[in-house]
Amino acid sequence: MISKKNSKVVPIVLDGKEVEVPEGINLVDAAALHGKEIPHYCYHPQLSVAGNCRMCLIEMGTPMRNRETGEAILDDDGSPKIGWVPKPVIGCATNVSPGMHVKTESEKVLGCREGIMEFLLVNHPLDCPICDQAGECRLQEFATDYGRGYSRFVERKNVKPKRTRLGPRVTLDDERCILCSRCIRFCQEVPKDDVLGFVDRGSFSTLTCFPGRELDNNYSLNTVDLCPVGALTSSDFRFKMRVWFLKDADSICPESSAGCNTTVSSREGELYRITPRRNDLVNDSWMPDSGRELYKSVKSDDRILSSHIEQNPCTTDEAMVEAIRLLKGKNIGIVGSCKSSLEEQFLVNQISKKTKAKNYIRGHFAEDDGILLSADRTPNLRGALVSGFTQKYPKDNLLSLSQSLGKKQVDALLVIDEDLDAAQVDAANLDGVPIVFIGTQANTTSNRASVVLPSLTSFEKSGTFVNRSFYAQFFRQAVPGPAGILPDLSLLSRLLNGLTEDEEIIPDQNSVWKLMNSVRGSVLKGISLTDVKKEAVLLDSSKWSDLPFVEAKALHFEPIQKVEA
Amino acid sequence: MELWNSLELWQIVAIKVIFALMMIGAVMTMAGYSVLAERKVSAWMQGRVGPNRTVLPFIEHIPVIGPFLKGLGVFQPLADGLKFLFKEEIVPGHVNKLYYYLAPIIALVPALTTMTVLPFGEFFTEAGDRIPLMLADLEVGILFILAVSSLGVYGIVLAGWSSNSKYPFLGGIRSSAQMISYELAMGLSLLPIFLWVSKPGIDVAALSLVEIVHSQDQSMWLVFVQPLSALIFMIALFAETNRLPFDMPESETDLVGGFHTEYGSFKFGIFFVAEYAHIVIGSAIFTTIFLGGWHFLPWMADPWPSTWIGSILGVVWFLTKTIGLIFFFIWVRWTLPRFRYDQVMSLGWTKLLPLALANLLFYVILVTWLDQPAS
Amino acid sequence: MAKTVVLERKPLSLSERTYLPQIATGLKTTFSNMFKKNVTLQYPEERPVIPQNYRGVPTLVKDPNNREKCVSCQLCEFVCPPKAIRITPGEVPEGEADREHVEKAPKEFEINMLRCIYCGYCQEVCPEEAIFLQQEYSSSGYSREEMINNKEKLYELGGVVPDKHYKWDKKKKAEQEGNSH
Repeated sequence: MISKKNSKVVPIVLDGKEVEVPEGINLVDAAALHGKEIPHYCYHPQLSVAGNCRMCLIEMGTPMRNRETGEAILDDDGSPKIGWVPKPVIGCATNVSPGMHVKTESEKVLGCREGIMEFLLVNHPLDCPICDQAGECRLQEFATDYGRGYSRFVERKNVKPKRTRLGPRVTLDDERCILCSRCIRFCQEVPKDDVLGFVDRGSFSTLTCFPGRELDNNYSLNTVDLCPVGALTSSDFRFKMRVWFLKDADSICPESSAGCNTTVSSREGELYRITPRRNDLVNDSWMPDSGRELYKSVKSDDRILSSHIEQNPCTTDEAMVEAIRLLKGKNIGIVGSCKSSLEEQFLVNQISKKTKAKNYIRGHFAEDDGILLSADRTPNLRGALVSGFTQKYPKDNLLSLSQSLGKKQVDALLVIDEDLDAAQVDAANLDGVPIVFIGTQANTTSNRASVVLPSLTSFEKSGTFVNRSFYAQFFRQAVPGPAGILPDLSLLSRLLNGLTEDEEIIPDQNSVWKLMNSVRGSVLKGISLTDVKKEAVLLDSSKWSDLPFVEAKALHFEPIQKVEA
Repeated sequence: MELWNSLELWQIVAIKVIFALMMIGAVMTMAGYSVLAERKVSAWMQGRVGPNRTVLPFIEHIPVIGPFLKGLGVFQPLADGLKFLFKEEIVPGHVNKLYYYLAPIIALVPALTTMTVLPFGEFFTEAGDRIPLMLADLEVGILFILAVSSLGVYGIVLAGWSSNSKYPFLGGIRSSAQMISYELAMGLSLLPIFLWVSKPGIDVAALSLVEIVHSQDQSMWLVFVQPLSALIFMIALFAETNRLPFDMPESETDLVGGFHTEYGSFKFGIFFVAEYAHIVIGSAIFTTIFLGGWHFLPWMADPWPSTWIGSILGVVWFLTKTIGLIFFFIWVRWTLPRFRYDQVMSLGWTKLLPLALANLLFYVILVTWLDQPAS
Repeated sequence: MAKTVVLERKPLSLSERTYLPQIATGLKTTFSNMFKKNVTLQYPEERPVIPQNYRGVPTLVKDPNNREKCVSCQLCEFVCPPKAIRITPGEVPEGEADREHVEKAPKEFEINMLRCIYCGYCQEVCPEEAIFLQQEYSSSGYSREEMINNKEKLYELGGVVPDKHYKWDKKKKAEQEGNSH
């Protein structure tokens, strides 16, 4: 976000009112800071300026000065005379300068907008009833706000291809395209994958991929979000649901430690799409395509939907009693998860402390794309550090657990959403060790477990993730979980209450945060749940500066420079 | 009288029993069809059609007549009766069982009892005697009718009380108050009639209904002689039969169903029939006293011969008049709104009673003046 | 300002106070009513005359080319006050000869007649003139499921109505006559 805080401010006169705006920003942003909307299509604050839609035309002028003396020329009434630029200028490509005068609501400006809208709508198919953008379409909004309200165009409209496949996830409707080139600039500037361009001229102009290429990079769906009209559509979301039915919830992408801010849209408990939410500290307005498909895990076939004892379905209460019976008095090994929220990891750690259990945790690592898909493919590895669940940086295996099991130092396991076989735990060592599994998806460990307790995905609960830059970010529940499944916090607090004789912990965010804040030396001291709910909070990461974090330099992220000893 | 004398006692009893059964059949049938008439007439007056669906399977297929009878709803009373018979018998838990069951019987019995003294025609012997057709030729017939018909209120009061529920109770209270109020006016309105009919010298048959009918033979009907008496009697009759505008005990708009709110199935059916039996008998009495009974028209000799044909035509003529009156009852019901309870009381005590007294006084003076021997 | 006028009530005359003339008038009125024409309709045999702008059961219609007009924009679903309408949108596959240029059509379209209040908003909001409240008024069934009209039933009830626009044909013509790119 452009805030008034940074750098110098310059005074300008906006619609006759003197205001102060940061130096160097353009007029669209400057007007937005003072609540004046300058409509625009091609301009995007996080992309370069193209200036081809002409929607942001405004009137601009500067006080006139005598060329020789440099003195201000005054009007008859003594006020400085303004030299208005005879033709309107585009707001997006005009930066503010001291003393500049701007008119955003003059008759001329309104006339310009009306004219531009009319031209844009000349060949627009007006198929709003079937357009996925309808309801969040800039063309619709500005046509109602600034358009003339009726069409003078009596000729036949152009007929263009309506479902061109641009890539595996993006479909183009040529008729709707207003040639703003946002998608082209995005591909050049963010994923640096230059595949889109315009071909042909005039009304024949068409967006297309370069010959032999297709829009298949992992950020292609951002072009759909960028598109101010319904030209670029998501093949997945296409014709699925109208946007006015969707209920949005602010969430955090659980795909990787980048912690992209997202909006999760649902209708009647059914998830339909995930779109990025602007956060200039973390992800600008982008997110990877792979993260947008995670909502499908909620309804996937391997989802665990009821509690099991020895693979037989049972009630949660029965499973809980059995789990407590199996774990009580044993040398417990707890396998935590970097996918759990900060609150959950804290509660797991409480269990561990009270039962003198050993903690194990595995990191999930893969290639870093240097943008928003980091090498650490879990959302909350740093949460495990912050909550105190582990002091060491997790490895991509659980060999240490395998060894402890071999030496019989551990004779019962509490596994949170982890696949032990995949983590190279020797299956032979697991024989005869009772396992209590808490997780959302079935895997070899849940198949082996004595007690399985189902839990909720990050779309069905709320909590906090700590991203790669140590920003603590809150995610909110988007849909209710399947019937009968308790949130992880409740499961963990019931386990804790069953395994220890201490007073009960109320399983809600507030009370867990109070406990977390009271831990001595915690970096969460002085930070309340309310702060985190409001915006991303940067935590003090100096404690862990010598850990071997795997993330590479990426968008809004600098790896911690290791101090050579 | 010779006729009776020639018969054995058992024969007399047998004939009387047969007559009684015939009359019960006739009155009950008329009551049943009064219900149909009520529904049909109200429908016509309100621009509706009324019951026109019920039909017996074989009659349905008779051309013209079948659909006509069906349209008239002739078989509706059958269906209604059957429905009452086969409905589930529900007795609310809070009622006084004995009186609860007794009430409908007590309501029906007086209605049927009054008909024993009701003459509805005459039989001509070969000797030329005219024997009235009636079950018991009581010389105090009218007194008997007044006495017994007012017993009917006991059924209503008992029903209201034994139901042990507020609306029936209110209905019962209102009913008894109303009966007492209008009984007086009714009795007083009849006295001038008998004063008028009883000529000096024939003191024997002073209160006989037969004599009243005879007195109207080939002379003026009493309704024209004493219109005020007829009016008061008619109003009191409406009140006594609980007909609108005097249906205080039932008044379904403010008391749900009044005294029979807690009654269902056949018990309710009996109340229903009793109400219409009262109307039938009431109409018959009015016909007898004021409309010349079975005699044809005022001042005219009966056009029928003095044989058995004449007897039958006389009875039919009597029934026609009665049915006309029943229609009048129905007609009034669907025309006038219900009185308020206090209006019923004030009309009974402050209007009708003084009026009836004045009427009586007037005729006493008049008759005395007319009857004084010409000296 | 309206002025309050107090009307003097004339005292009732003697005949009026007996109410008898009034009762007689009332009796006359009811009696004359007996000979007027019945207003009752003998329903199953006689059917009422349905006016032109009657709002009966909502139905889906086809255009004279027998193409479904609904494009499942779900505006009716959105506007429906009792939430009686439920649409599952679907894509029309490319290359269907009789549905050229049509991209979207309902996969399933359900109207719950137990919920429907016959307000006609769906007809009013429909941008494709595909849903009409027609003359059918008697809708009955033995179960709740039966009372949910599915797409097939809705088209059966709706039939074909004249079309003013022939949207798809116009588009085809434009394409053929050189406006295609």
